[in-house]
Amino acid sequence: MSIKKLICIGCPLGCEMEAEQEGTEIISVKGNTCPRGDAYARKELTSPTRIVTSTIRVEGGARHMVPVKTRQDIPKGKIFDCMEEVRKLSVTAPVHVGDVIVKDIAGTGVALVATGNVNVSN
Amino acid sequence: MKQYDVVIIGAGPAGLAAAVSAFDAGIRSILILERDREAGGILNQCIHNGFGLHTFKEELTGPEYADRFVKQVEERGIECRLNTMVMDIGVECGAEAESVDAKHGVDAMEKPSCRSLKYVTAMSRTDGMYQVAARTVILAMGCRERPRGALNIPGYRPAGIYSAGTAQRLVNMEGYLPGKKVVILGSGDIGLIMARRMTLEGAKVQVVAELMPYSGGLKRNIVQCLDDYGIPLKLSHTVVDIQGKERVEGVTLAQVDEKRRPIAGTEETYECDTLLLSVGLLPENELSAGLGVELSPVTSGPIVNESLETNIEGVFACGNVLHVHDLVDFVSEEAGLAGKNAAAYITRMGKEEAAGQVQIEISPQSGVRYTVPSHIRLSQMQDTQTIRFRVGDVYKNCFIRAYLNDKQIISKKRPVMAPGEMEQLVLKKEQLLTFVEPEEKSHCLVIRVEEK
Repeated sequence: MSIKKLICIGCPLGCEMEAEQEGTEIISVKGNTCPRGDAYARKELTSPTRIVTSTIRVEGGARHMVPVKTRQDIPKGKIFDCMEEVRKLSVTAPVHVGDVIVKDIAGTGVALVATGNVNVSN
Repeated sequence: MKQYDVVIIGAGPAGLAAAVSAFDAGIRSILILERDREAGGILNQCIHNGFGLHTFKEELTGPEYADRFVKQVEERGIECRLNTMVMDIGVECGAEAESVDAKHGVDAMEKPSCRSLKYVTAMSRTDGMYQVAARTVILAMGCRERPRGALNIPGYRPAGIYSAGTAQRLVNMEGYLPGKKVVILGSGDIGLIMARRMTLEGAKVQVVAELMPYSGGLKRNIVQCLDDYGIPLKLSHTVVDIQGKERVEGVTLAQVDEKRRPIAGTEETYECDTLLLSVGLLPENELSAGLGVELSPVTSGPIVNESLETNIEGVFACGNVLHVHDLVDFVSEEAGLAGKNAAAYITRMGKEEAAGQVQIEISPQSGVRYTVPSHIRLSQMQDTQTIRFRVGDVYKNCFIRAYLNDKQIISKKRPVMAPGEMEQLVLKKEQLLTFVEPEEKSHCLVIRVEEK
């Protein structure tokens, strides 16, 4: 059995937590102030994930770039695969918050969506 | 000259939230002035997630958070002039105001029964220079980054030195990567966020150096921006030399002692083409100072009362122009209060306030650097009042205590406190009233950090 120390990234509080781990099983989580901390610790120690945010080029827009994110968190190990695909992408204006850019980014099953608005250049 | 009930300087998160709340409190004559080409302020370049957990109960990116407030402003039909730079804010009082009104042709019937109007001078490419009159002004100009010039770093001035926020704008909005091999000085949140961002875009971020023995950023950003990518954080380290004449070629770091002096023999040189500075934010108060607003030497922001009103009647302040926040959610909350209070000021205009009202001065002591607000007029206080402040050092297992006229009224245990994370206390009016003798007009509330 081992004890792992973690800092929760669920919100800006940044709770310092201790998790008891037996093999792949998490026995207990201490130090969290809310259920999100417990869930984060269990996931972080078994299959860590992150939301990835970046930008892609916009053709014919009032701005050059539009921000994007993975709609849900993706496995940590897939972050750079995701970025590689993101770098090759571009969209044509207009783009709106929530527009799906790619349905399944880097084989994660998670969509890449726009998080900003770019109007057509006038 | 056009006259408005509320003129808001800045359409960042503070300005937008203030406008929405003033409107919802019944004010219809509102104008927002913004110098950028779009509303949303710094949020537009903060493309990372982590915003809105308090306000919207979900995790949003900066642009998404801004979009929610922009939509609220649009839905209400609030006038927002973009590409407009405010040059000056002035006050004309009493008889003077009348003559100025006559000069500018304000209809006498329209003139409010207030003692003073504010005059906002602005300019834009389309309208040139013009003035608007305002019954109240809400200052929401935000803050600026501390530049290299404020740091005394020796060495040449080559290209490749950016503030972290400038690099953020270049990468996220203009689509340029400012460099390939990066050293970051300062562990403020923007520096941490940019360490990750530049890494994702293919740059090699070699190290983040922090002068203080603790990080200036949020703990979770150390985890998800540095630890995730194996970027080392060197506490108690600073830049002692920058190499390169035309372009940065290398940066030398050294460890510092407890008095923050570099220790000889600890120097390490990193080959790099870019140095990012994330060394603090300063409220942008040139306009406020020009208006005669009293500023705090600690925060560089206006000194305000419980209504977030400055020493100039009818002038309110909120967001990062008041004091630098860690979380936009708290900016929105604070700005909402400023908007509501500006609306209340207009509603109550002309009704003279009772003289000699009970006032509580808040005195920050031992470990507490400042408080916002800095004084409370009991008659204007709501049922509860949030006091926000920062501590000056890292404290573990300490107490935040509040004493009203030497009697302890609040004791709050805090496992960890750090200068990088804003603290708050909530005062209850009911409780204050039990400790305040009504004949006594002036009271003192001490807030301090105590170890036991």
